[in-house]
Amino acid sequence: MTTRSHPILSMAASRIGLGLLSLLIVSVIIFSAVSFLPGSYASAILGQNATPAAIAAMEAKLGLNRPWFLRYLAWLGAAATGDMGFSFSGRPVMALIGPRLKNTLVLASITAAIAVPLSVALGIVCARYRGRFLDKFLSTSTLASISIPEFFVAYVVMMVLAVKLQLFPSMAGIRNGMGLGEQLYRMVLPILTLLLVILAHMVRNTRAAILSVMASPYIEMARLKGEPEKRVVMRQALPNAIGPIASVVALNLAYLISGVVVIEVVFVYPGVGQAMIDAVRNRDVPVIQACALIFAAAYIAFNLIADIISIVSNPRLLHSR
Amino acid sequence: MERQNIENREHRTAVAGMAPTRRGLLVWASAVAGMVALPGLSWAQDKPRQGGKLRYGMNDGSQQDTLDPASWATVMTGFAFNGSLCNNLVELQPDGSLAGDLAESWTGEEGATRWTFTLRKGVKFHDGRPLTPEDVRQSLLHHMGEGSTSGALAIVKQIKQIDKDGDDKIVFILEEGNADFPYLMSDYHLSIFPAREGGGIDWQSGIGTGAFKLESFEPGIAIRLKRNTNYHKPGLPHFDEVEVVNISDSTARLNALMTGEVDVIEDLDIRNVAMAERNPRLKIVRTPSLRHLTFDMNCSVAPYDNPAVRKALKLAIDREDILAKVFLGEAKKGDDNPAASIMPFYAETPPHHDYNPSAAKAILKEAGLDNVTVNLSVAETAFPGAVDAAVLFKDHAAKAGITVNIIQEADDGYWDNVWLKKPFNASDWYGRVTLDWLLATSYVSDAPWNNTGFKKPAFDALVKSARAEMDQPKRAKIYAQAQQMLHDEGGLITVAFVSWRLAMTTDIGHAALGGILPADNHRGAERWWRTNA
Repeated sequence: MTTRSHPILSMAASRIGLGLLSLLIVSVIIFSAVSFLPGSYASAILGQNATPAAIAAMEAKLGLNRPWFLRYLAWLGAAATGDMGFSFSGRPVMALIGPRLKNTLVLASITAAIAVPLSVALGIVCARYRGRFLDKFLSTSTLASISIPEFFVAYVVMMVLAVKLQLFPSMAGIRNGMGLGEQLYRMVLPILTLLLVILAHMVRNTRAAILSVMASPYIEMARLKGEPEKRVVMRQALPNAIGPIASVVALNLAYLISGVVVIEVVFVYPGVGQAMIDAVRNRDVPVIQACALIFAAAYIAFNLIADIISIVSNPRLLHSR
Repeated sequence: MERQNIENREHRTAVAGMAPTRRGLLVWASAVAGMVALPGLSWAQDKPRQGGKLRYGMNDGSQQDTLDPASWATVMTGFAFNGSLCNNLVELQPDGSLAGDLAESWTGEEGATRWTFTLRKGVKFHDGRPLTPEDVRQSLLHHMGEGSTSGALAIVKQIKQIDKDGDDKIVFILEEGNADFPYLMSDYHLSIFPAREGGGIDWQSGIGTGAFKLESFEPGIAIRLKRNTNYHKPGLPHFDEVEVVNISDSTARLNALMTGEVDVIEDLDIRNVAMAERNPRLKIVRTPSLRHLTFDMNCSVAPYDNPAVRKALKLAIDREDILAKVFLGEAKKGDDNPAASIMPFYAETPPHHDYNPSAAKAILKEAGLDNVTVNLSVAETAFPGAVDAAVLFKDHAAKAGITVNIIQEADDGYWDNVWLKKPFNASDWYGRVTLDWLLATSYVSDAPWNNTGFKKPAFDALVKSARAEMDQPKRAKIYAQAQQMLHDEGGLITVAFVSWRLAMTTDIGHAALGGILPADNHRGAERWWRTNA
């Protein structure tokens, strides 16, 4: 059979199919949930000028009087081609959130580029020197930083480095036309905060994943054969721990795109999270839906990639026991 | 035919149009001294200087913001677009009076139904085109017509017809007489943009007549402006550049000010006032505003349909206590009149409603009510501090034998589901430029936002007769009567009038600030300066 010759490919294909199916289900949930938000765009935007006549005129103009199922189908069809429709303010949704999304991706990529190698390395070090001072120190400090809410981390970082020491600007408001150097300089504090927030999670999970592999009989066998501890960790344990590490990394990368709202607000970073809050406040439904869909897609895509990495790194997962 | 000439207000225009003189400044400085408790007023007496940059941290910019004046709803668009990029026919002065801006003078005739504005000569748009009556006509028409969703719809609905008269006059014919019509032309939506050939206005390019030209606009993020060297007011503006940045988080806003990222921030958190005041580089500027926070009772629903209950509730709230504990002294006591003391035609409404639980008890007893129970709907969205104020009110009222049940409503959808619907609710009013506007939208029987359900034909008649009355002293008398009626019999409990709170570095110079609209009536960019430029 052809499938037998490419078990990994067929597995990947079925996973992608499942991913798309979840995305479809999520899209229904997003669309219906957003329709049930209390309050209307018209009254939010017209404020104290919102007379019933003005509200009615605006709702008719925006097509909000059609049944939601018809609106859903039209929306889904357009979304499938990358067209997220028009914001209630009249501009295309993608033109509105596109630059914001780009900013978020830049912040996320830089953070990820530092966080992933660093946390995996620290996790390995902790596992290798388990119970020693370094391990205890890192475990305790990461536990502490996991327990502190992110906005608090952000305020402390801002107070120390921006307000007291005046090393970095308190606002990460990058703009068009700002030099790359200045943009990076302004992004230092949010990146630092994000690192403090996600490193802990990834370090702890890497450490735990490696340690759990280290408890297996074949590691014992490798040690008995006289392999040095460093080689045991890197050559025997790490490859088998890649699956669990990949899933925690995926979770954190998805967080970097969809969960950094608080950081964006505190540092005035013009990312997509702020755009979504703004849209919720104004009841700008097309923008809320687009953001939610992008966030859901990010989670599904990263988990999919993590799954595939796990399978490739450990083909035994292909066959159910 | 009655005819009122408002040419005598011209002198104000002259003051607004020139760099303030030394004497004018001293007068302003003393006005400011009354408002701002600051040791040494050297900054206020500094002569305005030319140059420098203003960076302003605002808190409600939105990515939905556009250059279309019909859609302006945030302070950020009001300040950056209406106040900096554009002008209206008329302009609100810091003292609440009206001065000409693009219009030089105006006259009202035929029972205030026909208004003629004469345009100022030599005004040019940013691209060099001269201002014509057609620009004004199209700018107004932009908000009118079928299916308009403009924020100024209710204003322009009063206009039946707009005619050009020669090269410099424009005539408005109204459906009904309105002596306040010139005031309404100061509404920030009614900015004048250049007309397009074949109708409509060109708002897309952001070309106006204002003190600044548009440099860049990132909705919800930042707006940058550059000085207009051909501005029609000699000597203005003072700044070379203005940058308005949206900082929604109040802590981030204060941090941005303290780290020198911005020079001015709006809406300083009350809890941070003391800290900001300790910083010698900062000053806090408080401007009395129209904004009032209220508990509204619906006069047509039991038990609030009983005048005794309304009167008792008004006397059973200790506003001093709420001002001290909730607003930390950063607000003014309300007295059940929705008109702010800075408005034209504001009238004192004696006797003051001071906390008097025994009098409240006596009134209820006389009406045969021993104990009254009311349900007060509140949410933090209703107004900042609403929940805390309600908790204090509950304690105050208990001493008068009134039980106040606090119904904590959801923040989300409060204005759709609670306001105008629940019979006793907390409300946040931003006020209106004119008293007529305020009463017509919220207190006459058929007002769209009659949250107090006040329906009294005698009151409606007073408001209607005042609207077309061109004799100002006569008008003031009618308005005093109307305000007294609301104070005595109305359903509103004004808890407090709040002030606009700006925090700024001591490098920013300014005269007395207008409080009708935020940010010096939106015109801070044009009126302020840098003392160290």
